[in-house]
Parts: sequence; C-alpha cells; structure tokens
Amino acid sequence: MSELSSAKEINARATAFLERREFESWNEADERELSDWLAQSKAHCAAFWRLEAAWERTHRLAALKQERLRPANGSRAPRHARQWPLRTAAAAVVIAAIGASFYAFQPQDTVYRTALGGHETVTLADGSEIELNTNTVLSTRVTAASRKATLIRGEAYFRIRHDANRPFVVTANGKTITDLGTAFTVRNDAGRVRVALFEGSARVDAGGKPVILTPGDKLLAAAGRTVVSHELPQTLAADLGWRRGIVIFKRTTLADVAAEFNRYNQTKLVIADPQTAELTVGGTFPANNVELFGRMASEILGLRVTRTPNRIVISR
Amino acid sequence: MVDTSDFSRPPGGPNASDLPMTASGMKAWFVREVLPLEPILMHFLRQNWRNRADLEDLRQEVYARVLEAAEREFPAKPKPFVLVTARNLLINRVLRERIVPFDAKADLDSLEVASEVPGPDRAAIARDELRKLSAALDRLPPRAREAVVLRRIEGLSRREIAERMGVSENTVADHIRVAMNALANVLFGEPSELTRRS
Repeated sequence: MSELSSAKEINARATAFLERREFESWNEADERELSDWLAQSKAHCAAFWRLEAAWERTHRLAALKQERLRPANGSRAPRHARQWPLRTAAAAVVIAAIGASFYAFQPQDTVYRTALGGHETVTLADGSEIELNTNTVLSTRVTAASRKATLIRGEAYFRIRHDANRPFVVTANGKTITDLGTAFTVRNDAGRVRVALFEGSARVDAGGKPVILTPGDKLLAAAGRTVVSHELPQTLAADLGWRRGIVIFKRTTLADVAAEFNRYNQTKLVIADPQTAELTVGGTFPANNVELFGRMASEILGLRVTRTPNRIVISR
Repeated sequence: MVDTSDFSRPPGGPNASDLPMTASGMKAWFVREVLPLEPILMHFLRQNWRNRADLEDLRQEVYARVLEAAEREFPAKPKPFVLVTARNLLINRVLRERIVPFDAKADLDSLEVASEVPGPDRAAIARDELRKLSAALDRLPPRAREAVVLRRIEGLSRREIAERMGVSENTVADHIRVAMNALANVLFGEPSELTRRS
C-alpha cells in the first residue's frame, strides 16, 4: 500500500503548482522547481499533465462565453473588465480567442505562449505587432513611459510602431535590441540569440560595443561572441517562411533540415548516420508536414525512410 | 512546392545526432493517446477492484508505469497497453497484499483485455468535449464554479476574485484547486455520451 498511498499527496502537489502558475508571478526559478519535481518521477508527470490538460480545456469555454457575452455594440468591455487596464483586457480576449495560454507575471506584464507548431500574432496597445513562431514564450510590458518585451524562448517577428520618446526594447538572454523604427526577428534558442533586421534600424547591446543593424543584417550572439553578417534580401526572406507556415531550404544539410522540422513537430525527424546528415537539399515545405518531407526523401532522393509513431528515421 | 534541384553531397559538415524524445513530446503523447482512455481504464479498475478508495492510487500507478515504458519506447497500441498494465498491476497487488477478493480474482483470471473494441473517433470526442466541459462546470461546487468563471471568463486575478467573492485569497486558491481536480475527473475519468452509447 505504502508506495501507492502517495497518489493523493502527489496530486495535491501537482494541483498546488498549477494553481500557483495560474495566478502568481511565475519566473524561471519557479519553472525550474516544477521541472525538477516532474523529473523526479513519472507519477508526478502523469498527475501534473492530467490536471494541466483538463485546466487548459477550460480555455475553450472562455472563447465560447466571450462570443456570447460580447455586448451588442461590439466594442465596450463588460463593466468588470473596464477596471482592468484596457491593454490587458484586450490581450486576454485575443488570447482566449486563439486558445493559447497566458499567465500574469506581474500585474502589468502579459505573457504569450505558443505550443510546438503554434503561430500567433498579437497586436499591442501601441499598434506594434508581434508574431510568435513555434514553441515561444514572450512577455511584454507596455506602459506610458516604456515599452519592453522579453523573449524567454523561441522566435518572434516584431513590427514596431516607432516612438522616439518611448523606444521598444526587446531582451533575449541578457542581450537587448532597441528599435529605431523597425521590423526584425529575434530568436532565443538555448542561449543563442539571433537577430535579423528587415526594415528601419535597431541597436543591439550584446555586451561590448553596441551594434547598429540596417536592413539585411543578421546578428548572432552566442558564447560571449557577436557576429554580424549581411545577406541578400531573398536569402533573408527565407528566414521568414514561418510567417507563412513554411520552411525554406537552400543547400541545407539534412542535419539542419531535421533540426528545423523538429522545431515545429511532435514527430521528430531523425537522421540515422553522419554521412546521410551531410547530404544537402533544397526546397520549400509546409513546416507542419514532416511526413511530406519523409515521402520526398524516400521517393525522390531514394533514401531509406522508416516510420514509428513519433519518429521518421532517414538513412541510406 | 518540392524542389530538389540542388541536392548534392558536400565534403565534411556537421553531423546529426539521434534526438532523445523530449519531455514535451512525451507530454503530448500522454495527453493525446493516454488520457482519452481514462474512462475505459476507470471502468476496468472499478470492475476488477472492490475498494473504491484505492482507485485514484491505481490510476496514478498505471499512468506512471505507462510513462516509464513510453520512455523506452512508445507503445504502438496505447489502449491494450494501458489495460494490460492495469491488469498486471491488479494481479501484483492481489498477490503481494494477500487480500484475495474472490470475485476480483476470478475476473482477473478470466479477463480478456478487449483491445479491439473500437473507441469513439477523435473528431467525435472533440465535438463531445464542449458539452462535457460545460456539464463539468455545472457540476462543480458552486463556490468553486464561481471562482473558475471569474478566472477563466472574466480573467480576474486571485486578489480580485477574493474581493468579488468576499473571501481570502487562500480560500480562492482552495476553490480553484478543488475545481482543477474535479474538472480532470469529469473530463477524463467519466464516460462520455459517446462511449456510453457504444
């Protein structure tokens, strides 16, 4: 009995985590505490994922009720919502409608998350638009005095409404990108921060001398080093394929192809051996259709492709 | 869409390594493939285990074992896998604890795990889900339901909910925790209209 009698305790702990994450500021230390606890036992995972999945489903309910509750004139928020900062209320409606989850870090912070394979666009109160790519967490804080966003992980495309008195500052892994009238992407991938600039200019502070980026510039900051390269517009455009739900490869190794597809899909593309991993391919694919790529590898490239429920393994 | 014109083999270059199944992949699999089986699992456990007080423990233990197995390899057929895991667990407990509930033992011996009984298809589950969700909400204790509505539909903070309900923040947290558990039990644990019909 003894090893089983802890189910109630495990469940209580899982519920406490979920309630705290729902209501309290939730920072990286909290996230670590939760993931450490989950790593301790599969029973912990089962309890937490089960509760989380049920609770996530209540988002659907919110979307339904939003429709039903919307006032006839379509623009006025219900009375209780008006007590909220309007910006936050609007964000909540957007998030409820698109079914992503959000958590309030600080009263004035709004946190947006996308799941694996997700893609969402949010419009901030200042008119700036942010598009979130797969598996991304971004928090924003827009006040009368400043505009800030933190890319906790993942990738986002920023189209910033320029305001010289209130520059928009994006932080990723301690590096800051300050808009000077701009459209750019930032990607924070396990501490490697990449910035690509499409319009206007932006200043990047990655330690050392600030770098001013102009259209076509790509910056990579990793392991204490910052490298800036300049790309042709059409090369840079390939980096924005995700905004249309596609991935674009040009003489890309299968290793990199796999890494790119795996950003978007539960089904993981695995390249079985180093020789195969070095082959390069070109082409354009729906980011969420790794099966199509698997078929192509088999039928057109003549590679051996084996399929398991969660993997596509490519070998020679 | 597919252009393979520049397929070539460069000298040298980075190697791909085998990717371990990520925690998020495991979670997605669990939510997608295992949780929907909970009504069947609970039905099986209720049929074969007398003591209702043990059901929660048993469910948790089955899930833990299933996840441990999935870490090595994802079972190709989750349903028979979950039910066989449950059966083995019950047999072990009967043997280990020497409580021999006769009828349960008899059931276990003659048990055929009905693996090929078709469940409702996923689309039907999705259609069923909203109805279930709103039914689940209706069945929450009234104060817990009020707290959920204030959070999920009106988006209030814990402090704001406490003020609105005239209770402490701790009490709001209690209501929410009760609701989280009750919602999971109703959404996953109970047979839906669809499974009852089939």
